[in-house]
Amino acid sequence: MPQVDWAALLPQYFLGGGGLVLLTIGSLLRRRLPSWFATAFSAAAALGALGGVIWLWIRVQDPARGAFTTIAGTIGIDGFSVFLSGVVAVSVLLAAVLASGSLRRQGLPVDEFCVLLLLSGAGGVTMASANDLIVLFLGLEVLSIAAYVLAALDLRRGASQEAGLKYFVLGAFASAFFLYGVALLYGATGSTKLGLVAEFLAGGGAESNALLLGGMALLLVGLFFKVAAVPFHAWTPDVYEGSPPVAVAYMSAGVKAAGFAALLRVFNAALGANAADWQPIVYAIAALTVLVGATLAVVQSDVRRLLAYSSISHAGFILVGVEAATDAGVAGSLFYLGVYAFLALGSFAVVTIIGSGPEGRQSLDAYDGLAKRSPALAAAFGVLLLAQAGVPFTTGFWAKLEVIGASVEARSYWLAAMAMLGAVVAAFLYLRIVVRMYLTAPSDGSRPAVSRSAGFVVAVCAAVTVVFGIVPGPLVEITNDATIWLGG
Amino acid sequence: MALAELVWLVLLAPLVGVVVLAAGGRRLGEPRAGWLGTAAVGASFVASLLVLAGLLSLDSHDRAVEVSLFSWVPAGNLAVDAAFLVDPLSVTMILFVTGVSALIHLYSIGYMHGDENYSRFFLYLNLFVFSMLMLVLGNNMLVTFLGWEGVGACSYLLISFWFGDEANAVAGKKAFITNRVGDFGFLLAMFFAFGAYGTLDYAGILSGHAAQSTATAILLCLMLGAAGKSAQFPLYVWLPDAMAGPTPVSALIHAATMVTSGVYLLVRFNPLFEQASPWVAEIVVAVGLATAAVAATIALAAKDIKKVLAYSTISQLGFMFVAVGVGAWTAAIFHMVTHAFFKALLFLGAGSVIHGMAGEQDIRRYGGLARAMPYTTTTFAVGTFAIAGVPPLAGFWSKDEILAHTWGANKLLWALLLLAAVLTAFYMTRLLILTFGGSPRWPAGVTPHESPLLMRLPLLALAGLAATAGVLNLPFTHDTEFLGQWLEPVFAGAHAKALGYAGGTKWILGGIAIVAAAGGIWAAVSVYARRRVPAEKVERQLFAEAWGFDEALGDFVGGPGRRAFDAAARFDAGVVDGAVNKVGTLVRRTGERLRATQSGFVRRYALGVAAGAVVLLAYFMSRVGW
Repeated sequence: MPQVDWAALLPQYFLGGGGLVLLTIGSLLRRRLPSWFATAFSAAAALGALGGVIWLWIRVQDPARGAFTTIAGTIGIDGFSVFLSGVVAVSVLLAAVLASGSLRRQGLPVDEFCVLLLLSGAGGVTMASANDLIVLFLGLEVLSIAAYVLAALDLRRGASQEAGLKYFVLGAFASAFFLYGVALLYGATGSTKLGLVAEFLAGGGAESNALLLGGMALLLVGLFFKVAAVPFHAWTPDVYEGSPPVAVAYMSAGVKAAGFAALLRVFNAALGANAADWQPIVYAIAALTVLVGATLAVVQSDVRRLLAYSSISHAGFILVGVEAATDAGVAGSLFYLGVYAFLALGSFAVVTIIGSGPEGRQSLDAYDGLAKRSPALAAAFGVLLLAQAGVPFTTGFWAKLEVIGASVEARSYWLAAMAMLGAVVAAFLYLRIVVRMYLTAPSDGSRPAVSRSAGFVVAVCAAVTVVFGIVPGPLVEITNDATIWLGG
Repeated sequence: MALAELVWLVLLAPLVGVVVLAAGGRRLGEPRAGWLGTAAVGASFVASLLVLAGLLSLDSHDRAVEVSLFSWVPAGNLAVDAAFLVDPLSVTMILFVTGVSALIHLYSIGYMHGDENYSRFFLYLNLFVFSMLMLVLGNNMLVTFLGWEGVGACSYLLISFWFGDEANAVAGKKAFITNRVGDFGFLLAMFFAFGAYGTLDYAGILSGHAAQSTATAILLCLMLGAAGKSAQFPLYVWLPDAMAGPTPVSALIHAATMVTSGVYLLVRFNPLFEQASPWVAEIVVAVGLATAAVAATIALAAKDIKKVLAYSTISQLGFMFVAVGVGAWTAAIFHMVTHAFFKALLFLGAGSVIHGMAGEQDIRRYGGLARAMPYTTTTFAVGTFAIAGVPPLAGFWSKDEILAHTWGANKLLWALLLLAAVLTAFYMTRLLILTFGGSPRWPAGVTPHESPLLMRLPLLALAGLAATAGVLNLPFTHDTEFLGQWLEPVFAGAHAKALGYAGGTKWILGGIAIVAAAGGIWAAVSVYARRRVPAEKVERQLFAEAWGFDEALGDFVGGPGRRAFDAAARFDAGVVDGAVNKVGTLVRRTGERLRATQSGFVRRYALGVAAGAVVLLAYFMSRVGW
């Protein structure tokens, strides 16, 4: 029996345990759980997880105690894991709040959604703190399987079923690559524990280079799929379009953060010594992802598809930070992930509001003249869009500055230049929506019905975007502290 | 905690005012919105007094407290904190800024009565005070610049406050564009300073050393910025037009506070004058002198009461520039403070007159108002004699100090500046006589009346200050030069130049200044009250047309300038926009093509993943050293 630091698993208890308890209560009752209870319960669980995250953060940042591993070195608690656990917990929290208003209106089961959300969040937190490839895979599957079901939650709509199935088939395909990569890496280094892998590689390298390099290639395929990097992105627009927007809000914030947690942990930490091997590939994929994502987003007319491609482009920016393979790059990627979680959640919260009209309008036309019909909503969405475009005095500006700055410091000048080019192309599509909201006459005078919960989520996300856009210092310091690696 | 660290309270009070007025100003309505704005600034003044007390409790060489709120811009090696510098200079500034602002806010409660955008007016005023405080309190150039832009923005908003009238909107635009030229100088100075010193903090810049050429460049750029903000030749043209704004705005922004920020900036950078080439200081003197003299002649012939005061402000700012140029830092700040008192008083008095005359601003239609408006007349007279330099009112002491320092620097400079002082006494007495003396020349249907108590109170308070502020810095002995001693630590690096002559000369110069002021007043009395000389002999057409400078500028901008703008616009439309449009089309076309890959079939997507995997594997295998 390995020694276990039970307290280190606080966020998992709240999310995983909370999900199981909610499931049990729901199945014991004869009728459906009231949606307010499911929401309140999950929000409380997410808040508990956040509390655990804060407690762990203080513990990790205390120089006398610092980062540590537990359960025989398979779980690593360091600044990095705690920060990303926090991002996942926040995503779960806001998605749960958002669900209460929007799902009920669509007649979807809020309690089932909340159970899946909590379980998926538990998987995400496990991914963020995994220090062993097998544990990482477990977390990945817990996260993903719940997400597949979330995508298919709207069973009456064919598009939702299709989204769930596509996500599942392709996700399973990618997981297979990942698992094969784990096997090869194990063969090359003799361990699945990331700490031991790093030690082994630092100590002189593998016997057979081919195994190691093959393992890297397959691990990258699996992880690129999860973070939706080009050319492994094709599922994203279909899934984002078909799934209930609340599920997408969580996917684009929480699932993305967990995927990048794995990517950063495996490649920047464990395989950091072999950065020269994987950097060129990440370089190419990052450039491709930024540009293709932005370019395809421009020609979309459905808001959900547009935001899907935009999220692909953002993943490219985060990869720019990964490519730098420096502490500054990792800090930049973390900053971007933290900031983007709010941008994505807020944007999809707006989609749930506008799309919840009588005929569920998801076309860009639905945003014409929004500023006249609902000034506050238009202003908040405008803030979120401008931040995604990288306009100064929003968090999006600092996020882009951080990753591009790290890239320049790492002398990846062309990548930095291409990222900026991508930002220019993407600016066009965000501004297009802003123009539609502010300068186009509304097609009808209907005021969108803003539920209290959705309004709250939009307001929180916009406020975070502006406040940390004006005062980015604290967030930058946190992400700098989050690069305290285990054995790094 | 030391009291000086409470400086954030000074800023918080107007910020709270801004937030509350922005959120619920309309609901508060009149007059509560006005009282709220006034209370916010009043609280800021009280906080400033606390900070002053905190600073006084320290030893004089410790009186520079840096208060950092948070790290603001942590971008690589450019680390800027949202931090404030509490030292005698900044505390002097915040005291008179908040004090005068509070009085003008109080006055505005009455003046803006009945305006449909009543609460918005106070919102802008509070925002202005907040920005101004940030400008003077900033611990680094970036915070100062933020305040600098903030006061500029508020200034444009308030100039065109009554934007229904085309002329007001145009005046706002003119101020904006002219100030842009100056802001450009400030920005360049900031870049140079960061390049040379590696920091934007005043502590780092002012104690650092740079090559003479760098220091010269920084100072020249700063001077350009200061000339724009402080309306110096040739960038003064926006200030007379800025009088389109409500009169309290003219008093607060365009007389007492914002326009002095250029002078403040140069004084703040005083150690740089030592490092830069000496001719920079000479340029500052030349610009100041030209402005002081030219603006004074224009004020002689101006017909609009607010225009007279505007040119007078420009002229007095010229005096301050001259003081900066000859190294008389204390004199510059001293004159800035006294000028804030008497010029705010004069503007508010003018506002009271305009209020009583139902909006009439032409002094040819005034006359004989003394009987109808006794309070306004008395306080306006105090302001007039203060600015004219009649002892023992405040203006005499501060102007005399500048004159005394110029005598030490250059006798010709002294003589020319003395002439400008004579003109000041002349045009101010002219204004006083034409407005309040003689017989009524009112337009039909106007019955002038005294302003309400709420507007009279600030007039009385400012009149008291304008009369007595001279005690701040009396030149009798070193011990009575309170302001000089108080500010000494700020100028320690630049060893403020002492008067280069014995005490006797000082008294003779003071006597000459008194005679000059009396001469100016006497001349105006004989022209406008006794009519011994026809007024047309004095009010030359050239002066009335402001030396044709504005018009020449307009001709240039409208002629060759216009053609240049058109060419630039064509270049913009053809090349810049063209490129942007081409890129846009290209992106769209590429997007349409790429879209074809998005077929919706899972097998195609799986194929994509597999193909990607093959490429990745192939690449990694190529790196294997078989």
